[in-house]
Amino acid sequence: MTQHQNHQGGRLERGGRLDRDQSIGFTIDGTALTGYVGDTLASALVANGRLRVGDSIYLRRPRGVLSAGVEEPNGFVRVNGDHNESMLPATTLELRDGLDVTLLDGIGVLDDRPDRNEYDKMHVHADVAVIGSGPAGLAAAKEAASGGARVVLFEQDFELGGSLLSDPTITVAGQGALDYIARVRAELEAAPEVTVLTRTCVFGSYDNNFLVALEKRDEVASAKGGVSRQRLWHVTAGQVVLAVGAFERPIVFSDNDVPGVMLASAVKTYVERWAALPGRDVVLFTTNDSAYETARCLTKAGATVTVVDARPEVKAAVSAQEGARRAGLTVHTASAVVGIEGSEGVTGAFVAPIDDAGQLAGDAQLLACDLVAVSGGWTPNVSLHSQRQGQLAWDDALSGFVPSAGVKNQFVVGAGNGTYDTDDCLIEGARAGRGAAAAAGFPASSSADDGDAVAESAEVWHARQHRAAGTVRPLWAVPAPDGSLDTHFVDPHRDNTAADVLRATGAGMRSVEHVKRYTSISTGIDQGKIGGVNTIGLLTQLLSGNDAKAIPAGQPGQDAAEEVELTASGQPARRPTPGTIGTTTFRAPFTPVAFTALAGRGRGTLFDAARTSPAHSWHVEHGARFEDVGQWKRPWFYPQEGEDMDAAVARECRAAREGVAFMDATTLGKIEIRGADAPEFLNRIYTNPFLKLPVGKGRYGVMCTVSGMVFDDGVTLRLADDRFFMTTTTGGAAKVLDWLEEWSQTEWPELDVTLTSVTEQWSTVAVVGPRSRDVIAKLAPELDVSKEGFGFMEFRETTLASGIDARVCRITFSGELAYEINVPRWYGLKVWEDVAAAGEEFGITPYGTETMHVLRAEKAFPIVGQETDGTITPHDLGMDWVVSKTKEFIGKRSFSRAAFTEPGRKQLVSVLPLDHTLRLPEGAQLIEPDALGDYTGEGLPSAPIAMVGFVTSSYHSQALGRSFALALVKDGPTRVGQTLLASFGGQFTEVEVREPVLYDKEGARRDG
Amino acid sequence: MMVIPCPFCGPRNETEYSYGGQAHVAYPENPDALTDEEWAQFLFYRDNPRGSYAERWQHSAGCRKWFNAVRNTHTYEITHVYRLDQARPDGLPKAPLATKEVGA
Repeated sequence: MTQHQNHQGGRLERGGRLDRDQSIGFTIDGTALTGYVGDTLASALVANGRLRVGDSIYLRRPRGVLSAGVEEPNGFVRVNGDHNESMLPATTLELRDGLDVTLLDGIGVLDDRPDRNEYDKMHVHADVAVIGSGPAGLAAAKEAASGGARVVLFEQDFELGGSLLSDPTITVAGQGALDYIARVRAELEAAPEVTVLTRTCVFGSYDNNFLVALEKRDEVASAKGGVSRQRLWHVTAGQVVLAVGAFERPIVFSDNDVPGVMLASAVKTYVERWAALPGRDVVLFTTNDSAYETARCLTKAGATVTVVDARPEVKAAVSAQEGARRAGLTVHTASAVVGIEGSEGVTGAFVAPIDDAGQLAGDAQLLACDLVAVSGGWTPNVSLHSQRQGQLAWDDALSGFVPSAGVKNQFVVGAGNGTYDTDDCLIEGARAGRGAAAAAGFPASSSADDGDAVAESAEVWHARQHRAAGTVRPLWAVPAPDGSLDTHFVDPHRDNTAADVLRATGAGMRSVEHVKRYTSISTGIDQGKIGGVNTIGLLTQLLSGNDAKAIPAGQPGQDAAEEVELTASGQPARRPTPGTIGTTTFRAPFTPVAFTALAGRGRGTLFDAARTSPAHSWHVEHGARFEDVGQWKRPWFYPQEGEDMDAAVARECRAAREGVAFMDATTLGKIEIRGADAPEFLNRIYTNPFLKLPVGKGRYGVMCTVSGMVFDDGVTLRLADDRFFMTTTTGGAAKVLDWLEEWSQTEWPELDVTLTSVTEQWSTVAVVGPRSRDVIAKLAPELDVSKEGFGFMEFRETTLASGIDARVCRITFSGELAYEINVPRWYGLKVWEDVAAAGEEFGITPYGTETMHVLRAEKAFPIVGQETDGTITPHDLGMDWVVSKTKEFIGKRSFSRAAFTEPGRKQLVSVLPLDHTLRLPEGAQLIEPDALGDYTGEGLPSAPIAMVGFVTSSYHSQALGRSFALALVKDGPTRVGQTLLASFGGQFTEVEVREPVLYDKEGARRDG
Repeated sequence: MMVIPCPFCGPRNETEYSYGGQAHVAYPENPDALTDEEWAQFLFYRDNPRGSYAERWQHSAGCRKWFNAVRNTHTYEITHVYRLDQARPDGLPKAPLATKEVGA
């Protein structure tokens, strides 16, 4: 065939899966080129006569396209646009009009401009998932779908067909390969329950057949706006058929990374699928039969081919060899390519004979060529199988790690199972498809393309696999005439060579995992697809004798430990095989996935739900700064013009202590508890008694875990004999409901209790301060707000002046006279505004969580999660009064454990820095002054220093005119009056231990 | 991602559930009669078998009901689910140390 010298100089005149009517333009490093619809970037480059890509990552060696798929270790580009995407393999990048790319030298840079594209997720359940659409996958999907099962077929390429696309002339199930693909595709698309996903790579396989896949949808996204450009698929499948193919291995020889050295199968793919001819004078270096197909197609395309076959004679491939001879090939048997002439591109190959031991057996001769196609054998793609801990075993005849035992509800078929003959792939795939369909409950109905071949025994099938694969003579490293190994590239992306592997074993590395980490082989973007097995093969040559005996067990694919047969000299009788060594562990993702795709739409405001109170708009209008409490946005403080946080909080504190202030308490958790046994239920949950709480009153309660640790606290109102209204901490609402339900359902099912979260149903305003009574009196004219008429811890149902029904409670979290107005959420904003209006004449001031914290800390009211950390009991907080000595409740037994009664527990105190302006950092450690020994203040004291406690809360107190802190200190109450040192930021500061409550110890302010 | 069959709602994704530890660990009848060690056994000690394990789950993002499941801790396969008021399926490992006789 003649070469058509058009603008795409390497493009053959005919053939290929291309739409030749649609020439499209693209730019690479500023140079405008053309390709066709159907090209990848790599195939278009090959068609333009450009094999050269970027340089290598560390050694800056010129590199060329090596492969035609996801395993590519050299050809990486950045796609330029509004948000540049780096490190995309040219071999999988679909060519599109206007594509603008820059070649990369093995590494990319994350664009710091935001990616404004859409990404989303799909969650589906399938009866059968088929991964891969080569002959085995197509046959499996066809059979699986025939009985009506819900089948999803995944193909990472933009076309179905897998290896068939590179073998378009063969006959499959009685018709041409391309016709077969089209027929199966049509059948699948006609089946209502079948989904065919191209451009979709399954990159993770997890328990219970949970698969995660990435679909690339650029052409959909560019066709219409507002849709995702990538989609993450979460698939739970009843049955999985892995038909994921195999990777061809390069051969490790001197200068095997020069542009123009290419995998033989990739050469065939460029020629057959894309009508792109990578070279005209080709040396084809092989260890096995498969490369003869490449020779055949190259010859047909007009190239001259010289075969260098490592095997001394080609027994099993007589037909291939005979075919090759007929095609006019020159074949050098028992030979190897031992070096390359050229650096920017191949100009020749040095070929030398090798002996049975793989050593050079004669002088090298230079064969002029522009392409060296290599085939070092095939490696089944076992990543997804192995991610599920599927077993592997080294198969010497197939020269690869092959799945040896299936994962439950999974089938491994085709080249991924070491089955390399296309007809055998059809048989194996169809069988798996029928098996999967039957297991899923949808038995296949059609008669199969394989003629329902009778199932063979495993042994018979293995023999068939071996026969089809022919003989392989792996060459793990081809000696160079000068003896060097420095340019024998094992992992081109990581720039690792055979010399690096030798250094690793020389340094004592025996496990393949250690060699991987010592060298960084397999840690690059292809994750060992190119270099993994070659490294292991190399190790079999480097480790022998005691070194081989020292190979640790436990790797995937490793042979069962057996007695090593020793020779008379005490050495192992034979060299290790790759099975002696095993492989490194396979992990997701199989191919790289952008974080932005994993995030999907869960970015920005959709990252997490934001909960706001009905008065949120008022808080925003009044300049509140917000803090996140769980999902809630709570006003933190309300700075006025010119105020910083300290000034605002001081002003808010003053208002609450001296006048009146109000706070949005809507976020508190609220749970209604109903039922005849509700009092008994609460009595068991809380540490303090609730049986006799009168209707119309509330009680503060603490709940503990079974181990006696404070879990949550809050005030619970008794609305009726059988009805309570519990409040919880803002952050604890959900876990408290969980807790109550757990006990109700699992331990006390006999109790008549119904639990309902009503957090979202109520809006709550806390009105706080000496003048709060005046404000409530105006708001609720029907209410007797006198000290005598409305006592502390009581509540009243009333109708506000606005006509809104409200439940008003006298509860305080500041020590001041205070009320909480609860109204249905709908009225939350209105009532908040009414409070602001009614309080205006008294100077009412809104305050946020920071002021709330200061006020409660001055009174030593603990906050669960701040003063407690899951190791603190009510007693540790000085709250013995809240723990009943008579009744049974959750946690009670634990309080009498020795660990709870012995000294040394951390207990709540306040600590006052001697420097009144110093605010201790929360978390600062407290130590005894003599713990520093003879430390002079220079450098660091000698460790260890015993710490006696730590600061839990620390603020400036407006009321006290100084800084203060709460702390948990070992035997704290016994240390009152002592001086301790607070350690933080490399300094030690004196603090005085005081009783917890620093303000209004008598509680005189509570009733106004 | 496990798919867990809720006895009340049917099969649902694992993300709808929350885990409740070992099943059939009865709250002691009379905690005060236990030694500290026995109480600690109840509080902190649970079985950790490789294989079948009866454990509690709550369908927290569904019906909110608690139930028991038997799960293989090695394969994550769930072989039984049953209501709290149903007996433990036959042939399962016996209750843990925590339920041993007081004073034993």
